[in-house]
Amino acid sequence: MTETQQSQAQQIRIDILKMLYGCQSGHPGGSLSVVEILLALYNHVLRYDPVNLSWEERDRLVLSKGHGCPALYAVLAQKGFFPRESLWTLRQLGSILQGHPDMRKTPGVDASTGSLGQGMSIAVGYALAGQRAAKPYRVFCVLGDGEAQEGLVWEAAMAAAHYKLNNLTVIMDYNQLQIDGTNDQVMSLGSIQDKFRAFRWETLETDGHDINAIAEVLNRPASDAPRFVLCHTVKGKGVSFMENAVGWHGKPMDQEQFNAAMREMGC
Amino acid sequence: MMADKQSTRVAYGKALAELGAKNEKVLAVDADLAHATMTVDFATQYPDRFYNFGIAESNMMAAASGLANSGYTVFASTFALFGAGRAYEQIRNSICYTHANVKLGLSHAGPSCGEDGGSHQSVEDIALMRVLPDMTVLVPCDAIEMKKAVFAAAEKDGPVYIRTGRLPTDICTAETTPFEIGKAITLREGSDVVIFACGIMVAQALEAAELLAAEGVAAAVVNVHTIKPLDEECVLRMANACGAVVTAEEHSVIGGLGAAIAESLMGKTCASFERVGILDRFGQSGKPQDLFREYGLTSEAIVKACQRVIMQKHASSQQR
Repeated sequence: MTETQQSQAQQIRIDILKMLYGCQSGHPGGSLSVVEILLALYNHVLRYDPVNLSWEERDRLVLSKGHGCPALYAVLAQKGFFPRESLWTLRQLGSILQGHPDMRKTPGVDASTGSLGQGMSIAVGYALAGQRAAKPYRVFCVLGDGEAQEGLVWEAAMAAAHYKLNNLTVIMDYNQLQIDGTNDQVMSLGSIQDKFRAFRWETLETDGHDINAIAEVLNRPASDAPRFVLCHTVKGKGVSFMENAVGWHGKPMDQEQFNAAMREMGC
Repeated sequence: MMADKQSTRVAYGKALAELGAKNEKVLAVDADLAHATMTVDFATQYPDRFYNFGIAESNMMAAASGLANSGYTVFASTFALFGAGRAYEQIRNSICYTHANVKLGLSHAGPSCGEDGGSHQSVEDIALMRVLPDMTVLVPCDAIEMKKAVFAAAEKDGPVYIRTGRLPTDICTAETTPFEIGKAITLREGSDVVIFACGIMVAQALEAAELLAAEGVAAAVVNVHTIKPLDEECVLRMANACGAVVTAEEHSVIGGLGAAIAESLMGKTCASFERVGILDRFGQSGKPQDLFREYGLTSEAIVKACQRVIMQKHASSQQR
């Protein structure tokens, strides 16, 4: 990671913390773990146009782990999809920034998600639409790890392989924690890679906090199968007392914790 | 009334294929039931616009929203129970919440699907679909109306539920009968009692009106093909004009047509009121006609309900 990339990721994390402290709700852990994945996508992979939202050939991003949306909102604001001031309205009545992504309210959001497991099926629909119209766009779906406990994910995995959706890439934010504990404590996932391989997907793996590494994997030429990328991440990344801590899935920070977190961000 | 009986699912399949010829943006998706829901007609004629999602209804519904939100009009079909039931939350969050242009043509609704039994006979789909914000709910009464409903649904922006049935049933409407979503059709005028019916119970309601006429009772029959948005103006006008109301549906009396009309009329009319439908029970195996008798989904049941509400009307007018 270059210094510029690091400071960009740091700025996104500062925004996330301010947004979540401001609304005294939301999901810090899974927002902080997905920052570099989103930056890799928006800086080096996705084709998009913040002033032409309905551009048919834009790449689609489905944040299936919708609770990580503060990270997405911070990135979208940075890319000019909406004014930065909107960030401080997160989760408030009438805000364009809902507690979970709402494509009808937020410019740049292509799927309404948050009900876990559904994003991958929606992404299958987008990928089918692109395939049948021979549009050059790609579809990316960011999946949580605990989300793979939903049977729907595997229905979607089967369909994507059946229809040879090589325009579809699923990226897993593999931080190994969920609300009630570690994946292994709650419901073991086994080898996610093996499972996707068994469903006839191309599978790749990378450090989920290295923007260049993520971008390199995502920009590889497509095979004839859908692609699954396992990104190794740390839940709560960047805030020492949140890192790998089960309790920070959906807990608001008090003032002391917020100040401590901001100090760690160099603020 | 035409002598030929036709099922609304067959009419749905034919209409969908016809729509496909006219509109290239129409896609159809199914979950391994194309030969039962009758999307097979569309699939045969337009194989490149048909997607089989296998026995995975939830994925089909969410993927349908992705297709629809890419600019297509998507007709998604399976059995009513597995669409409205199993895939309920996908219909809610991926289709209704995003105002996706998905039309749910769900078949084998109600006990009229017969021998397959209670696990397959949806008695609750109208209730489930009706409560969803943004959902339009259509229950066509015959094959002719089904075709009009399919075309009207395609014209309408946003999600629409179309309930179809397996059993060939009587034709109650004509090609020339106008069809407009949200506009109930008065099939028979009458001043003693009004019967609001939907789906295959419309034919039973017309038969009941004939039986009542023989006793000197003038029953109006209104075909409420659109449960939502309900034609509240028509419902209130007819209820006030007749002073006695009976609803008839091949569905639970909880949450369906009868409930919708009761909600609409509450506090606005003195009309007496009774619902004919399934009384909080599951279905079971049997021949459709036997099941109709078992569950009280007959013209005779409607006649008795009409007689009771007329008696109530007279009793309460004497009290006043």
